[in-house]
Amino acid sequence: MRKLVNLKPSRLTALTLGALPFIAVLLLYLVASDLRLEENPRDKLLPAFATMGDTLLRLATEESKRTGEIIFWGDTQASLVRLGIGVGISALIALFFGLAQGSFPLARAKLSPFTTAIAMVPPMALLPVLFIVFGLGEVSKVVLIVIGITPFLIRDLQQRVMELPEEQWIKAQTLGANSWQLITRMVLPQMMPRLIDAVRLSMGSAWLFLIAAEAIAANEGLGYRIFLVRRYMSMDTILPYVAWITVLAIVADQLLRQLNRRAFPWYQR
Amino acid sequence: MSLQLVTEKPAHFLEFKRVGKRYGDQVVLENVNITVEQGEFITMVGASGCGKSTFLKMLSGQETVSSGQCLMQGQPITNEPDVDRGIVFQRYSVFPHLTVIDNVILGLELESSSLTGRLFGKLFGSARKAARQQALELLEQVGLDHAVNKYPHELSGGMQQRLAIAQALIKKPKILLLDEPFGALDPGIRADMHQLILELWQETGTTIFMVTHDLTEGFYLGTRLWVFDKVRNDPDAPNAWGATITYDLPIGLTSKNLHDDIRHDVNLTSRHQDELLVS
Repeated sequence: MRKLVNLKPSRLTALTLGALPFIAVLLLYLVASDLRLEENPRDKLLPAFATMGDTLLRLATEESKRTGEIIFWGDTQASLVRLGIGVGISALIALFFGLAQGSFPLARAKLSPFTTAIAMVPPMALLPVLFIVFGLGEVSKVVLIVIGITPFLIRDLQQRVMELPEEQWIKAQTLGANSWQLITRMVLPQMMPRLIDAVRLSMGSAWLFLIAAEAIAANEGLGYRIFLVRRYMSMDTILPYVAWITVLAIVADQLLRQLNRRAFPWYQR
Repeated sequence: MSLQLVTEKPAHFLEFKRVGKRYGDQVVLENVNITVEQGEFITMVGASGCGKSTFLKMLSGQETVSSGQCLMQGQPITNEPDVDRGIVFQRYSVFPHLTVIDNVILGLELESSSLTGRLFGKLFGSARKAARQQALELLEQVGLDHAVNKYPHELSGGMQQRLAIAQALIKKPKILLLDEPFGALDPGIRADMHQLILELWQETGTTIFMVTHDLTEGFYLGTRLWVFDKVRNDPDAPNAWGATITYDLPIGLTSKNLHDDIRHDVNLTSRHQDELLVS
């Protein structure tokens, strides 16, 4: 018998092993849900899959009587727009400061301690400030995402720039590059895929800040809906919404990954 | 204040006057007095920590001298890298995000006087076409014409070094610095690279400095061999004495006995330093 650390699964075994936890959780839910519903058919805590399916179908196809919008898609759109704008702005800010701090020792000396300190501020603690300053509209939700993930992105990018081999900096200068050209021809193009990687890593936090902001003040959005129906203990809405958010997160991650692979064939990690 | 007559033609291409380099208490190089003429091919050998790489860095402008003077054509050497001094490192010399041809064209783009060239380091239209043609010719010379559109990670180690050499040569540098350029290559490939670098040197007439760990390589490549070694070793203060150039030999005219002596000296210093590390 070989040691456990040397046992490697075949492709099929790996697939089966990977699927097992999913199946286990589903089965567990099914059994628990059945048991509870058998005891009390009006139980709301663990709704049957059929109930959740009905609710989701209703939310995704019927127009809301109050607003005339289809709730599910309206929520999805509202959340994705906030997320997209927030992450986009963060990436742009990070690109600027990350490149500057990574490339220029003077900029690093000036800004790096500040970025590090800002990164330590818990963004959620600033949320009331944002609501006071920017009101309860869209701006404060976007700003929360920006404040939440930008320091991480800047620091990550600064680190990635500093990881560029010293040899490259010397070589580019012997080829006649000035400081500006070093950035545009050497640093920036090599940082784009790394920025996308960093954005992928920060998406989890971005969702967290989005849902938190929506939970406290919003009129629509995935996070808003979940916290709204919590009052009625509508697990038949909450659980499908959570699953949907997970799906969106996975799709976003895969899209970014594909973008990196397609746009930067030289970049391999 | 030094009084210098600008009209005076410098006596030597490169001149090192009592050059020394120290980091804090640690003396790396001391008392390097030597001159170099244009078109020489100098190989530099010595144990690790004996200042070969430091010397190369002073030549490239990565390091400044602590004492003495480095003059190039009578002027102190610039203290940051520039187009006069091309360089090839053992690794990371080429840009991973550019294809082979773009790696070579880059040098022409960066220094072009057009606005897009100065701002973004890009050439367009006929200028780019001409640059491409020039790069292609050089790539053919180094034997990479079959791989112009590949990325560096798709190339072998030897091919990457060929690319790095072509990339440096397109700028027609006055000095070409080679920092253990073939150290990571297989022996067979290394022999091919020796052939290539000798050909290119004869053709371009550029002055070459090459640091190598491989004594055999140093003993026959080029025109001149410099041995960096410590003259004094004080076991109580190992950092107090720096290394200097202990041998300056014309290549091809030296007896085998002397080579054996040098080999012995260099190995002795290496072991000596290992022992210091352990103790």
